[in-house]
Amino acid sequence: MSEPVAIQGCKETGRRRFLTRLSIILGSVSAAFVAIPSIGFLLGLRKSPRVWRTVGKLDDFKIGSTVNVSFEDTSPLPWSGVTAQTAAWLRRENDQQFIAFSTICTHLGCPVRWLADADLFMCPCHGGVFYGDGRVASGPPPKPLNQYPVRVYEGRVQILTSPAPIA
Amino acid sequence: MRFLKRAWIWVDDVTGISAAMTPLLEHPVPKARKSAWLYVLGSATLVAFLIQIVTGIALASGYVASAGQAYDTLKFISGTDFGRIVRGMHAFGASAMIILIGLHAIRVYVMAAYKYPRQMNWLTGAALLMLTLLMAFTGQLLRWDQTGFWSVMIAAAQAGKTPIIGNWMGHFIMAGDTVGGATLSRFFAAHVFFIPALIFLFVGFHLYLVLHNGISEPPEAGRPVDPKTYRSWYRALLARDGEPFWPDAAWRDVVFAFLLVAAVVALAVIVGPPELGKPPDPTIVEASPRPEWYFLWYFAVLSLIPKWSEDWVIILGPALFIAALILIPLVASKGERSPFRRPWSFVIVAFIIFVIAYYGAVGKIAPWSPRMDASPLSVQVVGSSSGPVADGAKLFHDKGCEYCHLVSGYGGIRGPDLTYAGDTMTPAQMTTRIYSGGTNMPSYNGNLTPDQLSALLAFLSSRHRQPVLPIPENQ
Repeated sequence: MSEPVAIQGCKETGRRRFLTRLSIILGSVSAAFVAIPSIGFLLGLRKSPRVWRTVGKLDDFKIGSTVNVSFEDTSPLPWSGVTAQTAAWLRRENDQQFIAFSTICTHLGCPVRWLADADLFMCPCHGGVFYGDGRVASGPPPKPLNQYPVRVYEGRVQILTSPAPIA
Repeated sequence: MRFLKRAWIWVDDVTGISAAMTPLLEHPVPKARKSAWLYVLGSATLVAFLIQIVTGIALASGYVASAGQAYDTLKFISGTDFGRIVRGMHAFGASAMIILIGLHAIRVYVMAAYKYPRQMNWLTGAALLMLTLLMAFTGQLLRWDQTGFWSVMIAAAQAGKTPIIGNWMGHFIMAGDTVGGATLSRFFAAHVFFIPALIFLFVGFHLYLVLHNGISEPPEAGRPVDPKTYRSWYRALLARDGEPFWPDAAWRDVVFAFLLVAAVVALAVIVGPPELGKPPDPTIVEASPRPEWYFLWYFAVLSLIPKWSEDWVIILGPALFIAALILIPLVASKGERSPFRRPWSFVIVAFIIFVIAYYGAVGKIAPWSPRMDASPLSVQVVGSSSGPVADGAKLFHDKGCEYCHLVSGYGGIRGPDLTYAGDTMTPAQMTTRIYSGGTNMPSYNGNLTPDQLSALLAFLSSRHRQPVLPIPENQ
């Protein structure tokens, strides 16, 4: 390593200070030019539009029973494969009314299962239990099962695709 | 041979490699004597990381980071002879890296090598520990089987508990509104490019600091670190009693590294890679996601702490752990290094090992998880094949009781063992419990017909310590 050149006079000091600042500013601006679009792409999360998806004909579902239905996300990416599918527990309340429960436990996000004979939902992770209407029956879940909007449209049962219930 | 020698002389002349590297390789280190083998853990962690890089590149050459295809490409890789071994090496290498970085951190903590002037050595090491854990999490998820898929969902749900920014964080983890096509590519990029780049950076910095500050000497009781005199004392120690790192100390690193590589390869060949679970299909609700062994203890602790504290622990637990790692070298930067003058260091290390081992073992059993695969009780256990007792036993399974309650070794262990329920409870007490439920038991009020209830009571009341012997017919 060679010794730094001795600073000669005020004029030279001022010139060096200017060149130092110029380099730092230009370097920072260049870094920002590269970083902003890259970070922007990472943070630009895909917002899926919400659409109604048909899960079956009205007659397919028995009153009082809860069944597993699956439907496709809105605008799934071509390479999503099986992950483009979403499942829900669909309960037919009466002639025209349905409830569609999210399969995701409100405790930590594991998939809940329907115990048809027991009329209960149970989570395999920490044993959270929900009643058939989604209320918490026991265990750690802090709130009832989330629901998807569901409607009967021209004799078909449709569920409105929704973001995964986070928090 | 002569040509090679001349070629090397030419390369060395025009690059100056040996002039630059020899002093680094032969830099003097203190003689560690009895504790010499404890000094191999850091280099062994680096060797484990090198295994991960080589096997990781091999795996990446066969893996397709597509949510729809990753699972199938892993099946393809596992189906080839060497692919199976490489996957096994990557999995065992990951475990080895976590164990070794943990032991290295424990060694440095117990010997208080983080004190002046090596505080930054510790802090860069702490960053490497956190990055290693991130690699472990993102790596097991790239398996992209059912557990991989639900890991993202659960991570997003946990992040979602953070106040204010939780919802955003959850969506950031999923790379959108749901776990899908965009999610896996993001974790692949993190696991393969982003986090390894940070690890390279910190490993470089860490090694530079090891050379700059010198390897710490084994501590001795009654020889505290004084920042004013330490550096000159350390230089005098090296001049008096030092040895060149290469080969006097480094041979142990090489021997240990060889044993490590041999163990990883042997395990990969004999045990093989972790099984792929079911495909990552969210419509298959028969899923019981479980973390890898290195996070099992955390899964167990989260399951066993009181319910009200859960959200706090999920957010504050990792934050406090990171804060403790940062504060250790800043708060205790001088003074005694010997663990015998810092006996609490043994207590803290024993506590950490206990938590990871004990709660890891508990997490493996997961007594809080219902056994949803329990099959109906056999006739031998029930004691009859028809009548109310048999009907009750069937209801005990169908109503989900058996998932949480054990009878004669069958069923779950979340709730009380009911093998001898007939000895400990009257039918009236059982009815109250079944109807009112509890914190961890749903109420079955309105769920059972009177016939069903009496069958269930008949079954439970027939559970006795001493089987009631049938009266012999000839008397």
